[in-house]
Amino acid sequence: MKDNNHVLEVNNLSISFGGLRAVDDFNVTIDKGELYGLIGPNGAGKTTAFNLLTGVYKPDEGIIKLDGKDITGKSTIEINKAGIARTFQNIRLFKDLSVLDNVKVGLHNLYEYSTIASVFRLPKYYRVEKEMDEKAYSLLKVFDLDSSAKLKASQLPYGKQRKLEIARALATNPKLLLLDEPAAGMNPNETKELMDTISFIRKEFDMTILLIEHDMKLVSGICERLTVLNFGRILAEGNTAEVLNNPEVITAYLGE
Amino acid sequence: MKTFVSKNKDNLITYGIVVVAYAVMEILIKAGLISSLMQGLLVPLCAYVILAVSLNLTVGILGELSLGHAGFMCVGAFTSAFFSKITMNVITVTWIRFTLAIVIGFIAAGLIGFLIGMPVLRLKGDYLAIVTLAFGEIIKNVINVLYIGKDSKGLHFSMKDAVALNLEPEGDVIINGAQGITGTPKNSTFTIGVILILITLFIVLNLIKSRDGRAIMSIRDNVIAAESVGINITKYKLLAFALSAALAGVAGVLYSHNLSSLMATPKNFGYNMSIMILVFVVLGGIGNIRGSIISAVILTLLPELLRGLSNYRMLIYAIVLIAMMLFNWAPKAQAFRDRLLDKLMFWKKKKVTVTEKEGGASDER
Repeated sequence: MKDNNHVLEVNNLSISFGGLRAVDDFNVTIDKGELYGLIGPNGAGKTTAFNLLTGVYKPDEGIIKLDGKDITGKSTIEINKAGIARTFQNIRLFKDLSVLDNVKVGLHNLYEYSTIASVFRLPKYYRVEKEMDEKAYSLLKVFDLDSSAKLKASQLPYGKQRKLEIARALATNPKLLLLDEPAAGMNPNETKELMDTISFIRKEFDMTILLIEHDMKLVSGICERLTVLNFGRILAEGNTAEVLNNPEVITAYLGE
Repeated sequence: MKTFVSKNKDNLITYGIVVVAYAVMEILIKAGLISSLMQGLLVPLCAYVILAVSLNLTVGILGELSLGHAGFMCVGAFTSAFFSKITMNVITVTWIRFTLAIVIGFIAAGLIGFLIGMPVLRLKGDYLAIVTLAFGEIIKNVINVLYIGKDSKGLHFSMKDAVALNLEPEGDVIINGAQGITGTPKNSTFTIGVILILITLFIVLNLIKSRDGRAIMSIRDNVIAAESVGINITKYKLLAFALSAALAGVAGVLYSHNLSSLMATPKNFGYNMSIMILVFVVLGGIGNIRGSIISAVILTLLPELLRGLSNYRMLIYAIVLIAMMLFNWAPKAQAFRDRLLDKLMFWKKKKVTVTEKEGGASDER
């Protein structure tokens, strides 16, 4: 069924809102283990592309294949179960739940026991909860959050909230991780640390990552390949160094 | 920085408060210190506590505003009273019949909650509140025009009047429209009420601290994020809403088996009641189960305790409402409460270390 290494294959993806073609003829192919960047000026349609990939919007045209399987038009929940997890541009944590519980919600579909088992505290409840705790702690440890596990998510400092969101996404055991501007609002130190973390999870979990980013330093530092969007259309794609030296890209970013 | 208190210990304290309050009340009754009027209030009080805890599941844990809770209570009250009435001569062992009545009230109200929840939970916020309010009223009004009778041929239904039932002469009208059900066995007692409170707490508290509970709270905190990690929103919204309705049904069973004549009036099953339950939940702290219990108890008993003040009664009641609201929610008051709690904890810790030392000393001797 699958004769190549493509984790994500997107063909001719398009969507319109009213008269506006927010994403037009978007194509991308990402191989296993790759760290791929999606950049572009504000309003270029980057987040819309993410929302199409995760089923928040249904595309007007086009096909999305994950690991060779067609996932076009499926619901967000089905797409997550199929193996795409994401973070959000404006952090969306479960703010009144503990840090640990945020990750355990991410583990929800991987560990099961019935409502009856939870209400009557059957042995299965204790066994599975223990497994979930162990798994959640091991994930938190990767992000150096294990010491804050019992805090409310909203009590974490900003940089750690970003990390927690990534940890929660990883908890769903995805094949492809979508990061929407992970460095937004971070200072240079935090950005540097985040770059290290992203490189680390890529190696540690053998993860394929698609990243939206504004911060050119971050993008050029860790992405091998890029796609540049402008007004919903692909402006350039290819190796990071080539793309960033493309005169059209420079024009789009800096103006003429 | 405030950290999470261990939830398990927290739950035990909640159960403990209920048990201690029950014991104190029983002693006071035995000592003859409680007026008969107050004693008559104890069973409804238990019903209100169950209602407040169950509504907190919808409002505090699921994060959706529901104003139709009295409607589900009404379903539980009438189905169980109906069951008890028709089986009064068939099942003669009281506790078996009453247990079955509770189960039936639970299931019937849960089922109605499920059916109403399916279309209604697509709405959010104020819209959901208004639609649940409407459904609550519909339930009450449907029961007001419902006539059910029984004779040797079986059950007869009508939505017109008792005559339209075409009963045989010796037949018996069980639900008589607006006159409701009369002669329900009075099986509810304070003790049973407290047991039902404990069972409700057991179900709700255990649910909250489980996989399902986390899913429900994740929907409350951020629907979009919950969907993005694969939480089935519809399933868990319905689970919380239907369970909340089912527990309200249990409160209805308790309530109906305390009355010799059960009628669906605006006073007991109308929106006034729904809003009163919501007041318990909001004042006790949204999402705070223990707070719901305490505020339900205070606000139910207060009007009775203030009876001596006649005309000023409702004025003081209103002032207490405002004061409780401030005490629970104003940032200054919260800070004050935290300080107070810290002091108490400190005092407790000191006491514990002292007793430990004393214990150690006695061991040496």
